[in-house]
Order: sequence, then structure tokens, then C-alpha cells
Amino acid sequence: MGLELFNTLILCLLVVVAVLSLWVRDLVVSAVVFAIYSFLMCLLWAEMGAVDVAFTEATVGAGVSTVVLIATVFNLKRKAKD
Amino acid sequence: MKKAAFILVLCIGLLLAWAAKDFPSWGDPQSPASSSPVASHFIANTGVDTEVPNMVTAVLADYRGFDTMFETVVVFIAGLAVFSILRGGPKNRTRDREFVVDFEPDLIVTNTVRLIVPVIQIFALYVLAHGHVSPGGGFQGGVAMGASFILIALSWDLKTALARFPIERCFTVAALGIVIYAGIGLLSLFLGGEFLDYAHLAKIFPVSPEMARYHAMLGVEIGVGFTVTAIMFALYASLSTDGRMRDGL
Repeated sequence: MGLELFNTLILCLLVVVAVLSLWVRDLVVSAVVFAIYSFLMCLLWAEMGAVDVAFTEATVGAGVSTVVLIATVFNLKRKAKD
Repeated sequence: MKKAAFILVLCIGLLLAWAAKDFPSWGDPQSPASSSPVASHFIANTGVDTEVPNMVTAVLADYRGFDTMFETVVVFIAGLAVFSILRGGPKNRTRDREFVVDFEPDLIVTNTVRLIVPVIQIFALYVLAHGHVSPGGGFQGGVAMGASFILIALSWDLKTALARFPIERCFTVAALGIVIYAGIGLLSLFLGGEFLDYAHLAKIFPVSPEMARYHAMLGVEIGVGFTVTAIMFALYASLSTDGRMRDGL
């Protein structure tokens, strides 16, 4: 089952990326890791046949929200305190 | 404290993972979502009622059009709130940015963007116009269109982008989108139907009631696209400059 393997791989990567986005101190890196998370979600939606949702995830999640997060970090201290 | 929070999060995560096995498996025809009469009604009747091939768009813009209208209003209010909160803050905030903005736009970047932006905008219009035939629609097309303006702001500077799409015009266009959406709804109300009952538009346009719903969906998606485009850019312009609309990223 190639598809099962693909899904399992993406789900494992999702957990790793989710933990990583909270782990890193640098907020810009955190925002980029969030974009990777959105992109993996987009792959999952597309693979499950929900193409409309995948499209929204790709544009809003991986695209604009990353830009907005980075634009916000630009006005903050870049390193998180804890 | 941190350890206690970690243990709590771990416990709840394990609990959720354990509860997830009670969900119906993916694509299960016996699952409540698949076996409900509403789902089979939409699958059987969307093509007959509206002649729209993409059922997702038909449900989004027609069957539950009221919900989508207020989703658009939510996007508008979110943009307005971010703008007014950041604009109304204290004027002499201490500003110690860690980044130094290089004000000279890069030659390679700007020329690449010059080539890319028209392609993005045409693709956005295609996604918007084909929302009821293929995946896509007002939200996705609007975001792609807004992203093209953000790209201009990123590669030149915010001033160049605001010269093409001033912030006042952003909110005018956003409000116009909602007016288009609600206007189509009100028009069908005045023609004897219910609010957002597009089939009654066939009384003034030379099309069948099914095609009236088809075209009204396109009109509604255009309204959504207007609002989302403008608000995405206004959001970026507000957030990247802390509400001052100059010296952005």
C-alpha cells in the first residue's frame, strides 16, 4: 500500500514539524516551519480528494499567513524569551 | 511549572490520539457524514438545481450562501479591526527594530517580480472565474490576487505597492465586495424570492432559473474575491508597518 505509507510518512512529519515550530527560538524560523506544516496539510487534503480545502490551505495557510507572520515578527523582538 | 504543563499537554495529546480510533475510517460509506440524507440530496440534486459541476462551490455559495456572506463580513471586520487598532495606538512607540531595511530595491528581484505578477494575477482571475467548474473560488482567487500586491510590496517597498492600491481604496473595494454579495441577495429578495434565492433572478435576466443560480454564484464569488483581495493587502500593510503605512518591509 503505497498510499498508506505516504499518509503515515506525512502524519509523522506533521508531528515533528508541529513540535519543531514551538521548539525553535527564532520566530522567523518558527513562521517558516508553520508554512511547512501548512504545506504538508495541503498535501494530505489533496491526497484525500478534498482539492478545494487543499487549495485554500496552500494559498491562505502556506502563502499569506506566513507573510503576515513574518511581517509581524519584523516589528517584534526576533528571539523568543522562553 | 513548565514540566507540569508539558505533562498535561502530553496527557491530553495521548487522550486525543486514543479517542481518534473511534472516528469512522476515511471514505467509510456508513459514517454519519456520508449516510446523512443531506449529503445524498446535494450529490443527487446539485447538477439538476444549479448546473454547477463543482458541488463544493454550489454548497458554499448557494445552499449555504448566508453563511458565506457573513464569512466575508468577518474577513472585512478583521481587516478593519487590525487597521484601526494599529493606527490608533500611541504615536511615539519605542521602535528598536533588529532588521535594517535596505531601501534600494534589488534589480534581479524586481525584474523577476515584474514577470511573475501578471501571471499570478491572471491565475487568480482564472481561479475566481472557474470556481464553480473546478476547485477554487472567491476566497482562493482573492488571496492569490492579494498576494500579488504583497509581492510588489516585498520586492520594491510598501510605498510602491500603496501607490497602486492605496489603503483607503482597499477598504472601499472590500466594502464593495460585500455590497455586491448582499446586493445579489437583496435583488432576489425584491424579485419575490427569499434572501439569496438566486433562482428568481431569472425573471429579469434571459436565462433559465438553473443558469440564473449558476451565474449568480459567479457574481457572489466576485464579491468575495474583491473583499479578500483588498483585506489581505490591507492586513499586510498594517502589520508590516505597525499601522504607520510607511517604512514597511
